[in-house]
Amino acid sequence: MIVTNTETVPGKNIVEFYGVVSGSTVRAKHVGKDILASLKNLVGGELKSYTELLNEARQEALHRMFQEAESMGANAVVNVRFSTSSVAQGAAELFAYGTAVRVE
Amino acid sequence: MTDLLFNIGLFVFLLLLGYFVGTFLERQHYVSIRQRERDLLKFPVVNFRSVPLSWRVDSSGLATGSVVVSVDYFKRFLAGLRVLIGGRVKSYETLLDRGRREALLRMKEQAIADGYDAIINVRLETSRLASANGQGTAGVEILAFGTAVKLANPATA
Repeated sequence: MIVTNTETVPGKNIVEFYGVVSGSTVRAKHVGKDILASLKNLVGGELKSYTELLNEARQEALHRMFQEAESMGANAVVNVRFSTSSVAQGAAELFAYGTAVRVE
Repeated sequence: MTDLLFNIGLFVFLLLLGYFVGTFLERQHYVSIRQRERDLLKFPVVNFRSVPLSWRVDSSGLATGSVVVSVDYFKRFLAGLRVLIGGRVKSYETLLDRGRREALLRMKEQAIADGYDAIINVRLETSRLASANGQGTAGVEILAFGTAVKLANPATA
């Protein structure tokens, strides 16, 4: 699966459009990690557990998007966008969407 | 009375901890950022929507880099005071600055590790994470992403 955030796949031609595909996931970290993060918050800097959490979640959202694209018969997703929203305390929604296409 | 003294003591302790440890960590982070930026200077990253005409692209893929950063207790307190009188909130400026630079660096490092020669159409996104106790922010997430390309003629990039 080729993924780009441009409107085309550089060096290739789009031969068919299948429409918008998307994938999302809502994730939370367990309380222990939240407590550690709030301690880290006292001295500032990177909150590694949250970075990891969001990275895993984003991969999951992308994976779901790929599955949807594959089921349509696409071999690429172009113009991919991400959005993150913090829906509840300690939980975040990661959303990825793009256009499924066939390229040659 | 002892309760009050304890609370004030804890507050002062957290302020001092935030100030000394936080400043030290931030300085270290900036040293690391500057070093890595120098190392990656030759790697072309652009926010054009399409590939520059002289490049011949072989293959492409998505490159992402993200980081969640937060300010220390001292800076958060200062920012709280600053809001009262208005003006430039410097403590959050450096937070966002190093977050963005770190995210861009991670994106580049990932693209290089995957064997790409350049990144086009770079976008940056910022989002706020709510803290677990519901008060204020746990941190700011910064995501950098773009289309990484492998070139047939890497020398022109």
